[in-house]
Amino acid sequence: QPHPAKSQHLKEPCYLSVQPCRALVDEKFKVLVQKAPPGAQLTVRSHHHSENKHEWEAFGHYICDSTGPRGTYEGVEPMGLLWSLRPVPGSKPGLRLRKMNVETPMEVTVSVYQGHLSEDFSEQRALAAVVVERWYMAPGVRRIPVTEHDTMLCSGPGRFPAVLDLWGGGGNLMEYRASLLASHGFAALVLDYLTNELTKTTGKMMENDYFEVAFKFLEQHPQIVGSRIAMWGLSFGTAMTLKMAVYSNVIKLRCAVCYSGSHIQPVDGSVKDIKEYMGKKRENIRVTENQEVIFRDLTLPVPKDPAFKVDMGRLQCPLQVVVGLDDQSWPAYESAMDMKVMMEEAGNSHLLTLLTYPHTGHLIEPPYSPYVRTSILRPFPVKVLWGGETAAHSRAQEDAWRKTLLFLREHLYDMRNSAVTSKSNL
Amino acid sequence: MDHKQCTVQLSVQPSRALVDEKFKVLVQKAPPGAQLTVRSHHHSEDKQDWEAFGHYICDSTGALNLSKDPSLGGTYEGVEPMGLLWSLRSVPGSKPGLRMRKKSIETPMEVTVSVYLGHLSEGFSEQRALAAVVVERWYMAPGVRRIPVTEHSLTATLFLPPGPGPFPAVLDLWGGGGNLVEYRASLLASNGFAAMALDYLTNELTKTTGKMVENDYFEAAFKFLEQHPQIVGSRIAMWGLSLGTTMTLKMAVYSNVMKLRCAVCYSGSHIQPVDGSVKDIMEYMHKKEENTRINENQEVIWRDLILPVPKDPALKVDMGRVQCPLLVVVGLDDQNSPSYESAMDMKEMMEEAGNSHLLTLLTYPNTGHLIEPPYTPHFRTTVFRSVKNTDLFMVLWGGETAAHSRAQEDAWRKTLMFLREHLCDRGNSAVTSTSNL
Repeated sequence: QPHPAKSQHLKEPCYLSVQPCRALVDEKFKVLVQKAPPGAQLTVRSHHHSENKHEWEAFGHYICDSTGPRGTYEGVEPMGLLWSLRPVPGSKPGLRLRKMNVETPMEVTVSVYQGHLSEDFSEQRALAAVVVERWYMAPGVRRIPVTEHDTMLCSGPGRFPAVLDLWGGGGNLMEYRASLLASHGFAALVLDYLTNELTKTTGKMMENDYFEVAFKFLEQHPQIVGSRIAMWGLSFGTAMTLKMAVYSNVIKLRCAVCYSGSHIQPVDGSVKDIKEYMGKKRENIRVTENQEVIFRDLTLPVPKDPAFKVDMGRLQCPLQVVVGLDDQSWPAYESAMDMKVMMEEAGNSHLLTLLTYPHTGHLIEPPYSPYVRTSILRPFPVKVLWGGETAAHSRAQEDAWRKTLLFLREHLYDMRNSAVTSKSNL
Repeated sequence: MDHKQCTVQLSVQPSRALVDEKFKVLVQKAPPGAQLTVRSHHHSEDKQDWEAFGHYICDSTGALNLSKDPSLGGTYEGVEPMGLLWSLRSVPGSKPGLRMRKKSIETPMEVTVSVYLGHLSEGFSEQRALAAVVVERWYMAPGVRRIPVTEHSLTATLFLPPGPGPFPAVLDLWGGGGNLVEYRASLLASNGFAAMALDYLTNELTKTTGKMVENDYFEAAFKFLEQHPQIVGSRIAMWGLSLGTTMTLKMAVYSNVMKLRCAVCYSGSHIQPVDGSVKDIMEYMHKKEENTRINENQEVIWRDLILPVPKDPALKVDMGRVQCPLLVVVGLDDQNSPSYESAMDMKEMMEEAGNSHLLTLLTYPNTGHLIEPPYTPHFRTTVFRSVKNTDLFMVLWGGETAAHSRAQEDAWRKTLMFLREHLCDRGNSAVTSTSNL
């Protein structure tokens, strides 16, 4: 059969490369366009077709400089092609991009177009395009389902420190932070403590022993160093992390990491009691003129009654607290200030490292993850306002991740103290 | 029970890369001044085990950098950042004469890199590594499309780079072992060239009819590329190795259909009956089988089969009629094909005809016949069955590992540059064409 006539394109040839073309999600890449005409207007665009079949894009407008024979530029914020990804026009509102299958990479197509385009990319012919893979798992990392809903990710032979990873009120088993931690040499167990099989079948929420069982599993694991286990919580996960860190006789944490959460909770009881406590204060929920729900006032003001906040003076391990100053979902800043005061009064504030980020919202994710200011939070059929402003929030994600890895390396690997022999592996 | 181990860190960056890309291996926090062995291990698709290792001494801070520090012994010596890959060899106890070639190029080659205390040369599986990482080596860049081709009775696989195209293309031919070898074509596509690997010996048509293909089979392959909507028909090259070179030169000079922009010839010769096709070449070589030599190790040397270079013009391609740039790559220790003698004769023919400006000749000392993509292991001898013979031979290909590996790296780089120079638009804005990588 005759092929359709090949169109003669009077476009300039152009060279596009993104290096590296395969990398971990938290690694940077460089975008290089060469041999475009000097002074040409170009649009560099990224496009991603997500697992749940939505389209995301980001783009930057550039002008080639006139140095060199044909003009060259390097994107000044190349990672913006990832962190500023947003649903294409016409998408359902309130989407959020989260990788569910961490064993396959996220594929992103990076293209360069002539001119400064902002829409209708699918009707234009790109000058060049490459595909980039962003991986959540380094080679050698193994994903091991522990029970139906709990997954542990371990890298290679040897014994490792571990991180018990807790997400927030949306539930489900989000593996991508744990898989990245395993890619950095930390065994990681991500715990679904809200929507697991037990809760779904019995209707009962988990008690504190659920977390203790998870900890003991790690402690006794032949590939894990039981004395070097940390807990990392975000949002509701922070509440559980602080409760366990202070009150559990079983859980002995080497250190703890708390993102976007608070210590405000009924000290007695467990998950159910915290949810009920927050449920009682529903009148504090605010709604913006855009019908976005702000949850941050639910547990404010910070109680004076010690029965309603974790006694931070009893904390015995290093604690890193990360706060977005525009967090509209949890009162992370107010809580952090109160925790600091409690610890100063008790004399253990040397354990506290506090990182606060301006114009940063609630969802402080691994670096270069696309930022969303609002999204639908299942199971609630509401659009939740998380807060933050794209560029600042993305910078915060990058900085917090780097500092949290350093914090974990310092306390779980003794990386600052070379005199201490300890188990480690990469 | 707490074990006391060193806090040894090992990193290989990048952990995922293309086969033709380099990596950096760093060891940190080993005991200062310690003897260390860095070892690579690969379990291949055909369930064989391969290993390479270097013996090092880390510095007083317990650090080791394979890009800067020398190996004092092992399967490679000296400062060799990629030695862990190119010096891979069968582990002790393996069958002799094995060859490592990736068949499934859509999945990566996985290599485990480990560091051990002391200078070890064997018994690695009984030792406890201080640290280990897994590295993936890919034959396909993300977005490269693999397209099996069966049109016009071809047995081929087309690889297209990502992007809108159209792209320049390379028709890729391997040698007398037959089969559809895809890894060079997939790497070319990962470097921005459409590339089609062509099976011309064990292809479907030959298998069903028993007949070898004629020249029109190659022309059909060329026409398929020329008419492909994502290929620039005026920018097609041919790359042959061994018998593939023989066919490349025949088509470049004598075909009225194939208009090559340039051609690449590795480890081959122009010596062949000018008339006829594959069958005639095989018969010609078969007639000369008494020139086969067997050395003291029972290894078969086929380089003399078609020597001396004939004077009869009916028995060698008329190189004076080449009209496109030609890159000829020769291993000076090629024990399988008289590629050096052939190259010298080709050069002379072209100088006499006045077209020698088209010829670029690269010769590599201590380099054998199997000049493969960089950082892939060198094989001096392997068990080989050519398509004409049902017997298995232990064939001597030649080459000394370190020199041969340097040659593979250099030749690949220069060949890509040659292809870019002749297939990609260089500063001529009047030419409508390709966007490529």
